[in-house]
Amino acid sequence: MVTLSDPMAPSPFRVRRVKKETYDTFTLEFDPANGANGFSFAPGQFNMVYVPGVGEVPISISGDPGQTQTLIHTVRSVGTVTEKICARGPGGVVGVRGPFGTSWPVEEAAGSDVVIVCGGIGLAPLRPALYYVMANREKYGRVVLLYGARTPEDLLYKDELPKWRGHFDLEVEVTVDSATDGWRGNVGVVTTLIPPARFDPESTVAMVCGPEVMMRFTLVELERRGVPAENTYISMERNMKCALGFCGHCQFGPTFVCKEGPVFRYDQVQPFFARREI
Amino acid sequence: MRKSSQSAEPAVLERDQLRWLLAALVNRGYRVLGPTVRDQAIVYDDLASLEDAPVGWADEQSGGTYRLKKRADKALFGYAHGPTSPKKFLHPSVVRLWRAEGGGNGFQMEEGPEEAAKLAFIGVRSCELHAIAVQDKVFLDGKYSDPVYKARRQDNFIVAVNCGHAGGTCFCVSMNTGPKATLGFDLALTEVLEATRHYFVAEVGSRLGGKVLDQVPHKAASGQEKAAAERIVAKTAGQMGRSMDTKGIKELLYRNYENPRWEDVAKRCLTCGNCTMVCPTCFCTTVEDITDLTGEHVERWRKLDSCFTMDFSYIHGGSVRSSPRARYRQWMTHKLATWIDQFGTSGCVGCGRCITWCPVGIDITEETGAIRDSEKEPKERRMPRGRRKS
Amino acid sequence: MAAESLERILGEHPFFGGMEEPYLQLFVDCASNVRFNAGEMIFREGEEANTFYLIRHGRVALETSAPQCGSVIIETLGEGNVLGWSWLVAPFRWRFDARAMEPIRAIALDGRCLRGRSEEDHDLGYELMKRCAQVMEQRLQAARLQLLDVYGGGVRSKR
Repeated sequence: MVTLSDPMAPSPFRVRRVKKETYDTFTLEFDPANGANGFSFAPGQFNMVYVPGVGEVPISISGDPGQTQTLIHTVRSVGTVTEKICARGPGGVVGVRGPFGTSWPVEEAAGSDVVIVCGGIGLAPLRPALYYVMANREKYGRVVLLYGARTPEDLLYKDELPKWRGHFDLEVEVTVDSATDGWRGNVGVVTTLIPPARFDPESTVAMVCGPEVMMRFTLVELERRGVPAENTYISMERNMKCALGFCGHCQFGPTFVCKEGPVFRYDQVQPFFARREI
Repeated sequence: MRKSSQSAEPAVLERDQLRWLLAALVNRGYRVLGPTVRDQAIVYDDLASLEDAPVGWADEQSGGTYRLKKRADKALFGYAHGPTSPKKFLHPSVVRLWRAEGGGNGFQMEEGPEEAAKLAFIGVRSCELHAIAVQDKVFLDGKYSDPVYKARRQDNFIVAVNCGHAGGTCFCVSMNTGPKATLGFDLALTEVLEATRHYFVAEVGSRLGGKVLDQVPHKAASGQEKAAAERIVAKTAGQMGRSMDTKGIKELLYRNYENPRWEDVAKRCLTCGNCTMVCPTCFCTTVEDITDLTGEHVERWRKLDSCFTMDFSYIHGGSVRSSPRARYRQWMTHKLATWIDQFGTSGCVGCGRCITWCPVGIDITEETGAIRDSEKEPKERRMPRGRRKS
Repeated sequence: MAAESLERILGEHPFFGGMEEPYLQLFVDCASNVRFNAGEMIFREGEEANTFYLIRHGRVALETSAPQCGSVIIETLGEGNVLGWSWLVAPFRWRFDARAMEPIRAIALDGRCLRGRSEEDHDLGYELMKRCAQVMEQRLQAARLQLLDVYGGGVRSKR
């Protein structure tokens, strides 16, 4: 009999709701299908999500860490497994192992300004951090969300963005790489939002997530603003097969992204972050 | 990790008495694994009797070369090592992790990994003992422990053998991993062949080792016998054809990610992955989820994998390490440098298998030496080692 | 707005940061406040580039027009940005249209005048060039990142 304490054995979770975010990205809400009481995690952590008989992939958890009854994942359909996950309708079952990995420093950032810079699907692993910060708003200074996507159609959480923007204690700036008709917002890469953003670089914790190239450019701009590397955090992605530190696939220099990451403090990975093919 | 037991004195067993050791292990319910000749190589497999051991066989190894050669005597362990190691059984190359019933509407776990019989190994070299200790750290010491390895590693009985000659590619002395077995064994044998006598000096490494030895006819080893064994080991230690300078090796490789030597080795490396297959510490695996045609019966299998494949580092859009240069660099830097930061020891035990089984004879000691040399002033550089240019 | 106020605004702006006094006064002399209504064209592709702007409020769209697509926005520039460097680089003609997306308040600087003075006073010219080069560098980096289209199909790796 396989007990659930076997770290390679998934637990079944049932889809409650599916929301289409963009043409290839879906947000799915899950309930445990084996009677467990919900799911807890820290913002930035990920699960290994299993489609029976097809395969398993690492997906960041994108829900509210303060709300443990439902498990939420925002999934982009880019391969066999993610395609099948996105096609699961309500009632469909997937397997879940987790949560794994390190988390965003939302507690350590208390007393500082918080700057969240994300691009594309990079907003999904940062949304839990934003929820946490908003739920504990009085502990932080200025809170800034800078978000860039390819086009207006590719923006995630289109209903929530205006709600966040509507908060008087939250600065939200959104930009797209290329505009379509009718878009009257910013056009340009997300890095252009950094110079004018209102935060105190000497007392800021920055959290960055997106494609590696976008993160590299963002880190340059944050450095230009004077945010120290020890106060900047990134989230990395690598091939993962086990998420337990055994399969060796997720190695990134001397670190395992599943154990020492996916959230890394930038100064600790700086020596090899920009190295090609590492 | 079992430490060498200091209490028991070395014993001596005659060649004919060794079969009682095998019998004692079988009687205790062990599946006994030891060396045997198959497909012109000496590999670990089930040992039904001592006659299945490579009696009278030696091996000739060098870069990209492995040959068996008949010996003039009838030594059982007169070879260095082969393409397999105890890893073949402790970290099997194909293993089913679990089986489940159900599909898209729900699934139920049915079975976990197969139960394994307790394993006894005969003929384990010192480098292999260190490799087992290295893998113990990988699989048992972290936040999670690997249940498959843990189950197979439990209740091992290990009969080590001190090497009677250095294999052609060995460098255990410079890695501090041999040739004398000093840790992780229950019994350690040194085979002594004299004109009229063939015997083994046996060192006890654990209480259980002592108990098993009691079931084998033996005597206390005399001073002469002990000295003979020591001479053999000392001779082996002096025969090493290679060495690895490990001083500051981690920092050396961390400094040299862009050294032109990587381009040089990339021209030779076929990325065939042989080195990862024969290396006794390489542990990377992949996971395969399969189903039958109905989709109602699903299984998860684990297979050994190699960082030399394109798939290894694939994330959507492409592989992170697509060039052979990057993949060779990953393997060697992991083995000698990042492994130290990850697990506190080197990943290399100096067995030399990667050199022997590389089709083009790439030599990890030579590559490291070349990188070290490139940092020296030109007049300080050593003469290039003789490597036949093809 | 009084001249002292203009001096303060210019002095505090990163573009003019570190500028020595006589030059700062020169800039103040060449500066004036301007406004544009939403939809107004600030400059057009091909026109002579003789003025550049410090945007104080509102967003400007840098765009071009193609027969099949109509207007395509390349980039938007908001508060605090410098709009335009073609006034300092030959052939001194605008490369893109600049349209006010909303009501704009900006400080306009007489580029033609500054160009002329730079020819006479190379120290001034060097100070201006240094600052424009910085703006160009940032725009170029941003443009390159835009070009990489990292969110779309992913950055293609060489096989």
